[in-house]
Amino acid sequence: MTPRSTASAPRELGPRRLKLLWLIAGIAVALVYALSARATEFNLWIVLRDGDMFLQLIREMVPSTKERWLHLLTHYLPRLKQPFLQTAQIAMLGTAGGAVLSVPLVLLASRNVTPHPAVYVIAKALMNLIRTIPDLLYAAIFVAAVGVGPLSGVLALTVFSTAVLAKLASESVEAVDPGPLEAIRAAGGTSLQVLRHGVAPQVAPLFWSHCLYVFEVNIRASTVLGLVGAGGIGQQLQLMLSLFQYENAFVIILVTFLLVVAIDFVAGRIRERLV
Amino acid sequence: MSGLARSAARRAAVAAVIIVLCVWAAQGIRLDIQRIGRGLPAIVNIFALMVPDRQWLWPAIEAMGETLAIALIGTTIGALAAVPVAFLAARNVVVYRAAAAVGRQVSNAIRAFPELVLGVFFVASYGPGAAAGALAIGVHSIGMLARLYADIIENVDPGPAEALLAAGATRLQVFRFAILPQVLPEFIATALYRFEINLRSANVLGLVGAGGIGVVLLQALTLRRWGVVGACLLVIIAAVSAVDYGSAWLRRRLV
Repeated sequence: MTPRSTASAPRELGPRRLKLLWLIAGIAVALVYALSARATEFNLWIVLRDGDMFLQLIREMVPSTKERWLHLLTHYLPRLKQPFLQTAQIAMLGTAGGAVLSVPLVLLASRNVTPHPAVYVIAKALMNLIRTIPDLLYAAIFVAAVGVGPLSGVLALTVFSTAVLAKLASESVEAVDPGPLEAIRAAGGTSLQVLRHGVAPQVAPLFWSHCLYVFEVNIRASTVLGLVGAGGIGQQLQLMLSLFQYENAFVIILVTFLLVVAIDFVAGRIRERLV
Repeated sequence: MSGLARSAARRAAVAAVIIVLCVWAAQGIRLDIQRIGRGLPAIVNIFALMVPDRQWLWPAIEAMGETLAIALIGTTIGALAAVPVAFLAARNVVVYRAAAAVGRQVSNAIRAFPELVLGVFFVASYGPGAAAGALAIGVHSIGMLARLYADIIENVDPGPAEALLAAGATRLQVFRFAILPQVLPEFIATALYRFEINLRSANVLGLVGAGGIGVVLLQALTLRRWGVVGACLLVIIAAVSAVDYGSAWLRRRLV
């Protein structure tokens, strides 16, 4: 072998050492699994043995007769209109709040337009930090801080959407064609003009597409926000579950499911047209 | 020019619709800007109170161990159960032509079902605890993993399989020596990515009683022990960041 090829090839391990390495890795993985199974008290046998309890729950949820179905659809379903509208409203406001707040963050957190490299690093770190905490945890925190209700949901989604949108949009801004930007600068344009006429037109369609994506995510989140007390249809679901009104809960889950599927479908179509 | 004017008019119309919708939504939930303005200092104040309580750091880390275990067991359940669904759903395997369509629809349906609701179900039927959380994560993961696995299977290079078939190998041998070596690293990389998502979900599942650090956090929130909340958040941020980083590193080496 020539020195060049040994330098570029990965360090070779002898077959015996490789075997040993695999053995150690295998033992480590087995150990992690044993510890995890003990920590969660997860036992496949018990899960299967008690599976009938789960099936029993499902049986109690699904209305058994045609009359029950009819009754639920004519009497209970109309009462769900308001909570479902609230769910959509929470998702809408959370997305809108995130879209507005993300714009300044994007400008700070994009390498090619940031006012200073240190600002860039701080803004990017802040963005990543916010995203490590799930939206529902923010919701639980806001419920404790400002009280039960849709406002907590909106605040939680706003915080989380801001970080997600800022991340997606800053990647789009960093990928813009630098030509127009340089042209505007060369013609004596201010940095505001560079943003307005160089960056914005290139990024806008992508930004709207990201907003739609975040809206989809927020709709999904807002259907369950109520389970932690942050308003919307989830709050109704939790109420019905705690009252053991399983048939009503089933109607809620069914409608939620259809709604999520429908919105995914429509938003997917719009995004296809945008980009 | 008329084209430009038309697109400007369309943009204005879309903006108007969005603004009207937002105003409608704000009225719907009785959003009061003044109230938010007054409440903002209080919120900032609470976040300032979340200085991690040192005494609670170790209990939080222990609870995070349970959360990690929930995510691991859940991801493993999902990753194993997704394999048969994926082979059914892959269009180039085709056991029965209808199976591919059914497999895709099943994985889509599971995906649309929020894991928090699954968590509530499993807590209701198996009792509160980490096992219910692991099950919820496992079942929910099947949907996305099966879809991604099916895509991986559809991108398999058919060359080796054809060569083995021509040499008279059995179907099982073709699977073992031509298909599996191609798909396995990507399967594992995809499962690792799902593990990152599932760790976030496992943090949340505690809020409905499904074990892990979420349980500690919920108690701290209901008792307004902001120092404990801070300790939990610190541990969550550290664990999620570490797992994201480690998993990204592993995935880069795998694929």
